[in-house]
Amino acid sequence: MKSLDFTAIYTIWLREMKRFFRARSRLIGSLAMPLFFLLFLGMGFDAAFKFSDMPPGVDYIAFLAPGIIGMALLFNSITSGLSVIWDRQFGFLKEIMVAPVSRVSIVLGKTLGGMTTALLQGILILLIAMGIGFKITGLLGFLSAVICMILIATSFVCLGLIFASIINDMQGFHLIMTLFTFPIFILSSALFPLERLPLWLKYLSYINPLTYGVDGLRYSLIGMAHFSLILDLFVLVCFCIFMISLSTYFFGNVEVD
Amino acid sequence: MEYAIETEKLCKKFCDITAVSNINLNIEKGEILGLLGPNGAGKTTIIKMLATLLKPTSGFAEVWHYNILKEQDAVRRSIGIVFQDPSVDTELTGRENLDFHARMYGLSKEEREKRINEVLDLVELNDRANVFVKFYSGGMQRRLEIARGLMHHPNVLFLDEPTLGLDAQTRHRIWEYIKRLNKAQKVTVVLTTHYMEEADYLCDRVAIIDHGKIIALDKPNNLKNAIGEDIISVQVSDGGKFSDILTKIEFIKRIKLHDDFLFLSVENGEIMIPRILRLAHEEGVFVHSVSLRKPTLEDVFLTFTGRTIREQEASVKEQIRMKAKASMRMGGKR
Repeated sequence: MKSLDFTAIYTIWLREMKRFFRARSRLIGSLAMPLFFLLFLGMGFDAAFKFSDMPPGVDYIAFLAPGIIGMALLFNSITSGLSVIWDRQFGFLKEIMVAPVSRVSIVLGKTLGGMTTALLQGILILLIAMGIGFKITGLLGFLSAVICMILIATSFVCLGLIFASIINDMQGFHLIMTLFTFPIFILSSALFPLERLPLWLKYLSYINPLTYGVDGLRYSLIGMAHFSLILDLFVLVCFCIFMISLSTYFFGNVEVD
Repeated sequence: MEYAIETEKLCKKFCDITAVSNINLNIEKGEILGLLGPNGAGKTTIIKMLATLLKPTSGFAEVWHYNILKEQDAVRRSIGIVFQDPSVDTELTGRENLDFHARMYGLSKEEREKRINEVLDLVELNDRANVFVKFYSGGMQRRLEIARGLMHHPNVLFLDEPTLGLDAQTRHRIWEYIKRLNKAQKVTVVLTTHYMEEADYLCDRVAIIDHGKIIALDKPNNLKNAIGEDIISVQVSDGGKFSDILTKIEFIKRIKLHDDFLFLSVENGEIMIPRILRLAHEEGVFVHSVSLRKPTLEDVFLTFTGRTIREQEASVKEQIRMKAKASMRMGGKR
């Protein structure tokens, strides 16, 4: 029952991949928003304000880029976790749930699938940003950024799965996106530094796991951090393990009617 | 006797509506058992509990000697299921859907290819196998799902309205295959259906389900004998009086009275109608209307519940509507 079924994990992952590469328009749509944010918000704010606490040589767009990658990861991975709602709506969830496969394998298959697609999009945005002049610290930084991306994506796919196992309609999906995803994004230091925030907002950011993800990305890519990379990775790994266990628990109790 | 499925006081409640109530059902290995009843009777809920998709509110069941609560994976390995509602991934091709299923059930590469082609042949979808399922017609999707349910050679096969929405030809081919599968490979089959003819043709035994309870369980022939051959319904001015007169006539096997409607079970109904009209004339009973029906599921139902299926479905809908209204009123007060 508890055992891992690698064939099943691969099968579910394979399905996610097929669906991802076939939905070109969805891919373009999910890349467009982060890029608009990066370009227009970045240039707009850079021209309008001077942010203090920026190290010399770091402009706002460089500060913003890791945050936008974090944002893309967050939105794409939660959406792909929540895609279980669609599976439920179209009946395919029954086919998955009735298969003789441990629930943990189903969760891992879904998580790996969602993580892979979110990661691909995160890397794509990074490459596009680099193409338009965003400079990163080096290959080592790139690799540690990818590790951060994997941890962020995995955790939030699981969060999406947990929500999907509780709610079961499209309205619920939009509610989650507005009530959870946006605050997580805005309070993650993706858009502005934490240093000068009012204390209560600062604490809200500190309990937000994505803050550590964005911080880790920012350190890896431009060498600027609020915490240390070790702390960031520690929090991310703990959060990731916690979310995988929690989503397995919730998924085990899913009923399909 | 070896049982494929045993249930003991199986219950399922959704909020306060009891969908399935105290079902005790033993299904023999190798038999085809039909669950017959109107929408909302609880047939699908029973199947979903046995297939581990829903947890019973109380009671328990064993499928292939595995407990549906404690040994879910073993239950899942023993069964195949064809759902009533669509359950295919429309963004994948037909072949990819089957491939997904085969992999999930752990079939080896050779087995996979062999079985996929076999079941595609069976439902005649080979030429459409590499087309996305979203371009399939409703009937084609249905056939694909049936093909999928059969693929991994289950011990027990659940079919929830397997031929709903199929044309007559495909329906008969599916019936033949279910029979052959049952005979040759000793697969136990549990199916739900609206169609009397389907239950009649396929099932060794039929359970009639109403309000989440089994109200009759027998061989189809015995059930049919119980409801008589033909049914003449007569609407008369004085039902009670005419009913008393007709009880003395020996060719009428049974009489049911609902308001001014008399339902008479007879053989060769078309020959009996003139006799009954003559009798009514002689006794001074005025006849408003007469109709003749060959037995249907409705008559089985009427016999066992005293209601027609349509009344029954209306009352279920009514129940849901009342609940919705009640909760709205509660919301308004708050």
